[in-house]
Amino acid sequence: MNVAHFEYVQRLGDNALILGQRLSEWCGHSPFLEEDIAMANTALDLIGRARMLYAHAAALEGQGRDEDALAYGRDERQFGNFLICELPNGDYACTLIRQYLVDVYHHALYSTLCGSSDAGLAAIAGKAVKECAYHLRRSGDWVVRLGDGTAESHARCQAALDEVWAYTAEMFNGDAIDDAMAAAGIGVAPGSLAAAWRDEVEAQLALATLSVPRDDWSASGGRQGLHTEHMGRLLAELQFVQRAYPGQKW
Amino acid sequence: MASAQPPADDAAMAALLSVLDEVHDPEIPILTIADLGVLREVRIDAGRVVVVITPTYSGCPAMHAIEDDIEHALTAAGYRDFTVETQLAPAWSTDQMSAAAHAKLRSVGIAPPTRITTDKRALLGEHVMCPRCASRQTERISEFGSTACKALYRCRNCLEPFDYFKCL
Repeated sequence: MNVAHFEYVQRLGDNALILGQRLSEWCGHSPFLEEDIAMANTALDLIGRARMLYAHAAALEGQGRDEDALAYGRDERQFGNFLICELPNGDYACTLIRQYLVDVYHHALYSTLCGSSDAGLAAIAGKAVKECAYHLRRSGDWVVRLGDGTAESHARCQAALDEVWAYTAEMFNGDAIDDAMAAAGIGVAPGSLAAAWRDEVEAQLALATLSVPRDDWSASGGRQGLHTEHMGRLLAELQFVQRAYPGQKW
Repeated sequence: MASAQPPADDAAMAALLSVLDEVHDPEIPILTIADLGVLREVRIDAGRVVVVITPTYSGCPAMHAIEDDIEHALTAAGYRDFTVETQLAPAWSTDQMSAAAHAKLRSVGIAPPTRITTDKRALLGEHVMCPRCASRQTERISEFGSTACKALYRCRNCLEPFDYFKCL
């Protein structure tokens, strides 16, 4: 087994699962019915994507683990998702700003992964990219509606942007696993996505009358399993049933 | 090639397809899985039935139910040796839905997906036709409707809200 290949696919799954879990917390609590449905559907797409990526990673590993073992049977330090995915939802503006910034990244990432030399990964990317385009359209729309909305919605969006901005740099700072996978034609060098991401985000923020925050500090560590204090609580809720009753099915 | 096979195989395949034709989408029951384009391939490998399906959306909760329904239908029809496989590539597209599927959707008040998903306006859900009065004066209320594959629209002509089966 190629360990880097397994880790790379598993990390993609981690980003999808953890963000999907966060979004699912809005189910039944969103500001109005249509958004409640939209948020839950987006969460479902992400969790479905995680499931496909984990199943593929488990097959690459060939140790008899399945997607559930990867989702429910690992501890915090073994998850390689970006910190931005695990941040608490905050208010609705914060959830949507975070979603937009990650959607732009994911759309570019999965567009490129459609050409992966790993046929299984390319097939998953082919499904994911269509959903990413749809998610991006919704989140981008909301960024403009709320940013260029009332004084209250504008202020909340700007505060959210200022809060999460420092977590975006991590998405583009690849490590040895990313480098190896990019060199093998399996993955994408994250840094190669940075310039286009920045251009697209800046243009949308301008439409939304929001200011691009200064790049004065940034947080990272997710790829290495060094998470924020929020990750443990998220996993506790996500994994509780399988931890209490290992292998339980319904 | 069906024509090169003995007639017995043709009959067996026809019988099998008629069983699968009774499997419907659990969330849009007017459509069969063949109408929806979820049923991708059916073959008989040395006596074993292989049914290949593809998911509509990554997180579509109906996929598991569809797999169960296929297994139940086959078991009820007396099949014992079968497998249901999932295939991701090529990714499902609403272009794979049949013309019959479009007509069925319209008959229950759901606007079918606009054809030719390479047209950006179609992908963005513009020019959606009201399934009740056929007006194109419609507006989107929500990106997501009652299921992941639908969006919620309203007709500005007849004022009725309706589901639109999104282009994907």
